[in-house]
Amino acid sequence: MKKTEKLHEPVFQIAKRGSMVWYKSWAIRAVAILFALIICALFITFITKTNPLKVYASMIEGTFGSSRKIWNTLQNMALLLCISLAVTPAFKMKFWNIGAEGQTLIGGLASAACMIYFGNKVPEYMLLPMILIAAIVAGMVWGVVPAIFKAKFNTNETLFTLMMNYVAMQLVSFCIVFWENPKDSNTVGVINRGTHSGWLPEIFGQKYLLNIIIVIAITVIMYIYLKYSKQGYEISVVGESENTARYIGINVKRVIIRTMAISGALCGVAGMLLVSGTDHTINTDLVGGMGFTAIMVSWLAKFNPVFMTLTTFLIVFLERGAGEIATKMNLNESVSDILTGIILFFIIGSEFFVQYKVNFRGKHKEEVK
Amino acid sequence: MFATIINKAIIQGIPLLFGSTGEIITEKSGNLNLGIPGIMYVGGSAGVIGAYLYERAVDTPHPFWCILIPLLASLLGSALAALIYSFLTITLRANQNVTGLALTTFGVGFGDFFGGSLTKIFGNGGSLSVKTTADYFKTALPFADNLGWFGEIFLSYGFLAYLAVIIAIAASWFLNRTRAGLHLRAVGENPATADASGINVTKYKYLATCIGGAIAGLGGLYFIMDYTGGSWTNGGFGDRGWLAIALVIFALWKPNMSILGSFLFGGLYIAYTYISGLSRSSIAIFNMLPYVVTIAVLIITSIRDKKENQPPAALGLPYFREER
Repeated sequence: MKKTEKLHEPVFQIAKRGSMVWYKSWAIRAVAILFALIICALFITFITKTNPLKVYASMIEGTFGSSRKIWNTLQNMALLLCISLAVTPAFKMKFWNIGAEGQTLIGGLASAACMIYFGNKVPEYMLLPMILIAAIVAGMVWGVVPAIFKAKFNTNETLFTLMMNYVAMQLVSFCIVFWENPKDSNTVGVINRGTHSGWLPEIFGQKYLLNIIIVIAITVIMYIYLKYSKQGYEISVVGESENTARYIGINVKRVIIRTMAISGALCGVAGMLLVSGTDHTINTDLVGGMGFTAIMVSWLAKFNPVFMTLTTFLIVFLERGAGEIATKMNLNESVSDILTGIILFFIIGSEFFVQYKVNFRGKHKEEVK
Repeated sequence: MFATIINKAIIQGIPLLFGSTGEIITEKSGNLNLGIPGIMYVGGSAGVIGAYLYERAVDTPHPFWCILIPLLASLLGSALAALIYSFLTITLRANQNVTGLALTTFGVGFGDFFGGSLTKIFGNGGSLSVKTTADYFKTALPFADNLGWFGEIFLSYGFLAYLAVIIAIAASWFLNRTRAGLHLRAVGENPATADASGINVTKYKYLATCIGGAIAGLGGLYFIMDYTGGSWTNGGFGDRGWLAIALVIFALWKPNMSILGSFLFGGLYIAYTYISGLSRSSIAIFNMLPYVVTIAVLIITSIRDKKENQPPAALGLPYFREER
């Protein structure tokens, strides 16, 4: 027996790609989304026995069907994008902050508190900044506490921030008891319904336009901050390798705490946009899972604020579209979660083919002999 | 009265115990599976689907099949959900947090969708109830009623409750007393070293995640069959999945500790109903307790920094042999 015949070569071998031209990587992702849409179509056809193309048509209808729907889509995008931008600096630092849900909620709680206690008492030009500051501080506290423990004692931040979500949720239900209106309804109702005190003003007659403008501004600032500022650079270095960061003289602990303060503060702003700019009320379901969705949005966009507008659009389109399907076909709302889940699985999986290449055994036969 | 409180606490604790045992086994392999809440929904709804289809297919359901079919359906459903997570994170090396959260979105949607509209898809609508099957699941030991408080505390549960405790003890024995358990812990602590010493890291991660998922799914099954008596309400399972993950930390990654922990958490979950004169605001504070306690445990263990109380060192990190 020859020695070479005994050589055991695996069926395939995986190697990291150096880099990939951008259009190729986006083509891979597009193919993944296409596959995902096919699977979703099969699923919907199996359940409703309707033509899947019709289903997709009604998804588009649900997102862009009327000017009111377009505004709602933009508004949903703005809020999701704001939270996604908020978690991005922390994630870039590889600080797994999954507490955006709680940080946003607590920001919303602080805004609601200001609206209830100071509404109609303080002039409007002072009230709005007060709401903003309160929301920022509240969100910041919720973000910084886990960061301090992470920096000082290396406490697991994923689990810590996760728990903080539920503390925030219970804190909200605690406050609702005192603020409920009407009595014993266990809901707060619309705050300052008559006077609109503490509400973000309408501009050009559009309720949500101010929210959208604020989020666009945050997007641009965040892009510049991460890409061109010194602090943004420090975040990338800490994220790539804490040892390198320490070696070149970056104070890692300070960067962790500072970045989480920014992250929490932005979540607070999102909370303010939700309470003062959108719902004008507070309940435990205010954020509605956006804090978790935002993590996926941010990750899918490779932490790039500009790409994030695209991924936000994708997720919002799916959610609104699936919601439309659900009402039209008389299905349960949860169908949108299933579709979102399927599409996310495919996109998550496709990243592998962007980063790695698979070499099959057959190609190297001559070399082995 | 006292016996009733303990009884209720244990009933509340059992789903958490299943969830946390499953998550501990998963985390010991270095996979932080945040999809557990979703998997528990899948496990519960898969069991209900199995029971519903069986009850529809036959006129007089036989107790043996009534137990076996939902049980297998639940195990299979949640293992498959965990398999999605395993494939994405282990083979395709995706980020564990993102994959886990996506799985939770998917799983909760799957559960609520099929739980909520199963009757619409297969029949003529109406709310879903598999009471016959649930009664078999709830059957306690026959002499439990005659033994007073002893019977109430120890003997009055359906068989899944005992299974939860047995699985937790078995998992504890497996992790600390067997070679395979040692290998699994090695994979979670330092996969590169484990790999170098000849342990098949991929195999261990896959098996631990899928088996852990299947065990967690039983928590959903217990909740739906035993606790609610076989009727599905959307979102009824609530945040128990996240509480199970909290319990993992509270139990310091030890399954036998999570038995006591689960009963304590279960007790905290219902304590407010037994304390008279509580206002609704203090109920909210009470509901906060399990999470605050978990945070405290997390902080204290990280400050004390004792080696045996730490999370697995490679928890949440991907492993790629050619990367270092």
